[in-house]
Amino acid sequence: MNPILLSPGDLAIAATLIVVDGAISVALGLRVHRQLAIAAVRMVVQLVFIGFVLARVFALASPPVTLAVVLLMMAVAGREVAARPEQGLVRWGNLRAGAAAVAFATGVTSVLALTTALRPQPWYDARYAIPLAGIVLGTVMSAASLALDHLLAGVVRERAAIEAQLCLGATIRQAMGGLVRAAIRRGLLPVINQMSAAGLVTLPGIMTGQILAGLPPMEAVKYQILLMFLLSGGAGLGAVAVVFLAARQLTDARHRLRLDRLAGR
Amino acid sequence: MLASVDLRSALAGPFDIQVAAGECLAISGVSGSGKSLFLCMLADLDPNQGEVWLDGRPRSGMAAPAWRRLVAYAPAESGWWADGVAGHFPDLPAARALAARLGLKAGLVDGPVPRLSSGERQRLALARVLLRAAPVLLLDEPTGPLDQESVALAETLLRERLAAGTAIVMVTHDPAQAARLGQAHLVMRDGRLAPA
Repeated sequence: MNPILLSPGDLAIAATLIVVDGAISVALGLRVHRQLAIAAVRMVVQLVFIGFVLARVFALASPPVTLAVVLLMMAVAGREVAARPEQGLVRWGNLRAGAAAVAFATGVTSVLALTTALRPQPWYDARYAIPLAGIVLGTVMSAASLALDHLLAGVVRERAAIEAQLCLGATIRQAMGGLVRAAIRRGLLPVINQMSAAGLVTLPGIMTGQILAGLPPMEAVKYQILLMFLLSGGAGLGAVAVVFLAARQLTDARHRLRLDRLAGR
Repeated sequence: MLASVDLRSALAGPFDIQVAAGECLAISGVSGSGKSLFLCMLADLDPNQGEVWLDGRPRSGMAAPAWRRLVAYAPAESGWWADGVAGHFPDLPAARALAARLGLKAGLVDGPVPRLSSGERQRLALARVLLRAAPVLLLDEPTGPLDQESVALAETLLRERLAAGTAIVMVTHDPAQAARLGQAHLVMRDGRLAPA
């Protein structure tokens, strides 16, 4: 299996398609040609930069550097999770819950895959650890941010229903149970859809990339299956963790609903 | 006997009240003066300091859910957590019987919540809290949106509970109701209670 290596000329030919997009925009008065051009340039610069960084990090083969890169990726993902909901928990509550959940879910699933299925030598080899953490992070991030958004919006909407149960002696666990379950379910929906549609509606990106790079289809399929299991595990852990961490901040030892710890923004 | 000692929060208090078993304390006052806040504090639903005693047992020595099963609170705005009315009542035959005594149409208990009128919601919320048989009831305008006939039915039930030894703290805008049911009547002004 020899991957077909791309030359800058090959990319330049593909780039003419962006020019076609631009021409369409001008011809139809869509006024997106500027945005298109900027986005295309950004994409190239960002990816070349990342390629350069990855090449350096792989060459260094230094565990602390690998760890630092993974932690940085987790921090960015945690920030994305925190920023999605319209409501924010006070004292950086969204960020703390989001970052902890993302780090936990990504860490557990990635380490599991690296030490069992993939087993590179050593298991924390940057060449495997960083791309794997990256793809798991993407799914964990979307699951956690959907779940957190559902929880925080729901707790405001369902305040009267939750407090009505507390008033009659329910524990906060019982009173918030329905909402907590709905929020976790919300976080898991995309990965369930993704698994159901895999192969039928779309050829997953990783698999497509590996087939294009010369891997036999069955080998690419096995990788994709492994990855889908990792992603669904990560999504579940991320959604559960972010919902429990945020729900804990919404209550106190006296089983109250503490919406005073929630601030709109 | 329910007794609050130096009960306060950043917004209201201190409150020192005593309500004996079988007694009703009526509280009136303008909107926003802190009446509902006070009931919330007694039920321990809002952060507060101080102590509340029930028959010699301190609230602080009890888990909050256990306290709220003894000191049950019905807010002015009722909340509904299930789609069907029946999902809010552990004992359906008792719920149907009590609903009938409150003048509610038969079958309402078995219907959906969104179809209830505000008066029906109010009465079903009252039935819900009465059926818990708590020794203390905190009622926030329990007959607020009701017509005269329904108010009379609700008050009859409340009087029965008082006779059976339940203590009631009730917020009401109606001075006549305060006089009819209340052994004591206090007025809330700027987060403090004063004799009416």
